[in-house]
Amino acid sequence: MSELEALPHYVDSTRLERFVNYELVGKSALRVQRWRDQWKLKRKKPRPESPLNPPLQCVAYMKEIMSRHYLEGRYASGTRKVAWVTSGAPTEPLQALGYFLVYPENHAALCGVRRQAQSIAEEAEHAGWSRDICSYARTDIGAMLSGKTPAGRLPRPDMLICCTNICQTVLHWYRVLADYFDCPLVLIDTPFLYQEAHDHEKIEDMIHVAEEIAGLPLDQARFAEVMQNARRGAELWLDVLNRSQNRPAPMTAFDGFIHMGPIVDMRGESVTVEYYQRMLRELDARVARGVGAIKNERYRVLWDNLPIWFKIGEFSKWLGEHGVNVVASTYTYAWGELAPMIDPENPLDSMARVYLHPILNRSTGHKLQSMKKMVDEFQLDGVILHSDRSCKPYSLGQIDQRDRLSKTLGVPALLLEADHNDPRDYSDEQGANRLEAFIEMMEARA
Amino acid sequence: MSEVAAIGIDAGSTTCKLVAVDRDGDIVGSRLESTEPRVEVQVQRLLAALRNDLGAGPEAPAIATGYGRKLIKEATRNVTEITCHARGVFRALGRAGTLIDIGGQDSKVIQIGDDGRPVDFMMNDKCAAGTGRFLEHTAARLGVPVDELGGRALSALDEEAISSTCTVFAESEIISLIARGADPDAILRGLHRSLVGRVISMVRNVGIVAPLMLSGGVARNDAVRAMIAEAASEDVVLPREPQLMGAYGAALLGGIA
Repeated sequence: MSELEALPHYVDSTRLERFVNYELVGKSALRVQRWRDQWKLKRKKPRPESPLNPPLQCVAYMKEIMSRHYLEGRYASGTRKVAWVTSGAPTEPLQALGYFLVYPENHAALCGVRRQAQSIAEEAEHAGWSRDICSYARTDIGAMLSGKTPAGRLPRPDMLICCTNICQTVLHWYRVLADYFDCPLVLIDTPFLYQEAHDHEKIEDMIHVAEEIAGLPLDQARFAEVMQNARRGAELWLDVLNRSQNRPAPMTAFDGFIHMGPIVDMRGESVTVEYYQRMLRELDARVARGVGAIKNERYRVLWDNLPIWFKIGEFSKWLGEHGVNVVASTYTYAWGELAPMIDPENPLDSMARVYLHPILNRSTGHKLQSMKKMVDEFQLDGVILHSDRSCKPYSLGQIDQRDRLSKTLGVPALLLEADHNDPRDYSDEQGANRLEAFIEMMEARA
Repeated sequence: MSEVAAIGIDAGSTTCKLVAVDRDGDIVGSRLESTEPRVEVQVQRLLAALRNDLGAGPEAPAIATGYGRKLIKEATRNVTEITCHARGVFRALGRAGTLIDIGGQDSKVIQIGDDGRPVDFMMNDKCAAGTGRFLEHTAARLGVPVDELGGRALSALDEEAISSTCTVFAESEIISLIARGADPDAILRGLHRSLVGRVISMVRNVGIVAPLMLSGGVARNDAVRAMIAEAASEDVVLPREPQLMGAYGAALLGGIA
């Protein structure tokens, strides 16, 4: 039996199934759902007991866009070419070629937010995967082996794109996927040779493979359009995040973690551009009225590293109750800060440059500089460095970064131990105790 | 009899401490017991006894700290151990510096600023290594009472290296060492070294501002004190009642300068 036969949950859909379930019924149902959500959000009574102001109205659109994306994914196998890609992969040519893109990392985060990550990761652990591996990888491998997913069903990949600009785990992870799905894997290695950024041979290789699988050549006009959208989307996302430089900040980093879905999963698409335009308008209105994301913003804090997906809601509320607004994060910033590098006139050159420069492909010193800049620009009172049990590349250097931030800038900085997706690596009691002591330290300086 | 101005309650993971202070911030009474499963009931009893002894009424504010702090209904405020230990030791020793507090469940290194407030701190990671529990647990395996641990470790002529910093694995290491006929005191010395190693890395991280100060139950252990001094090449100073510093700091936060 081949590896793929061991995964009976990956089934192809017919065009008719896709049309009925997605185009006809699904999209309409999600639109109706959005109308209901909008109506509910508008009529939501102010809750004096809540430390948070009402959520952004645009969240209803975000839910619709992301649900539609995952719903389309259910019927993508057999009706569209599908590529599974790492979060830092140069996807623009694939979008121009009409591929449906699956971001396993985003899918794993979805499992985390829905609090299903642990039970799905255990499927991988039972199959022999070590608990020391990235919890995203374990969640996705568990989902692949068992078919368990809050998304209903994921489409089988026709090709895999693995770009090492976020970590080295993806290299091994995607080789496993290639084995199971028996499909081509394009590896784009991103060594720390920033002066060689003009070299885009690997991206060209990827385009050739993608063209061959899709059975059509890359349409340059469509590619240019995708690049334009990619740049505009990233610029808007950066604008959205920078609106939190206002006091009070109109959104929290926890909002950012949720609203980053489109820029991660659908960058290069016009729907993403439209969404962030809408979000920006709403944030501007909030800023103009002086409405903050939390009611009593006493301390402004930076979050470093991935979110603790299974704790986002609780953290947001708990910190809000203590007057703490996490107004910025290095993680959400990673999808916006390279916007100026994207040049639709020189797509391949600029892609090579952009995809070599994500924060995780730079030095620990560079991350420290970025954090210092954010402390200044966002007028921050403290920094929380999430020491992520299973994301080593992001956590590397945090002890020194914490040290430098507190000693050179005099900013209280806390190392908070947890994991982005595995609740077994976080202890509520100890976490809360450290956070409280951190807040007392900010209080003492105020 | 001095009037009670405030009471500090430190509902810790291993012991429960109460300290009453007068208007000058001096200790006028205290209580210390092993923590019971229902710490809130225990605190009620201890508080009544302390107030009774001192002839104090319920008007003096009670400030709670420690892991059980949120369960204490009598408390007017609750504050973390970090702030309380810093305040207590600052008042007791009268100086800023680097404080090491090794408690039952946590160990922490706190940089105390010139105003007695914490400037920076670091806590052990989510594991019992480097805490009092590590010594308590492994000592039980050797059948040595906690109070005798330090003295016996210091009197040992040899030292057995304990490579594991994990409490559970250290215990299996001890079993193997005993099976090989190792001297229990030499094992104890190695255990202390291992704990101090963990603590010192946190101290280096926060940075040493002399003098090094110690508080918490483990501060009563001479071997820990001596080994920290040796590893940091700094003098280590202790308040008179290191174990009460959390409760003392909490009481001081009740409005006394």
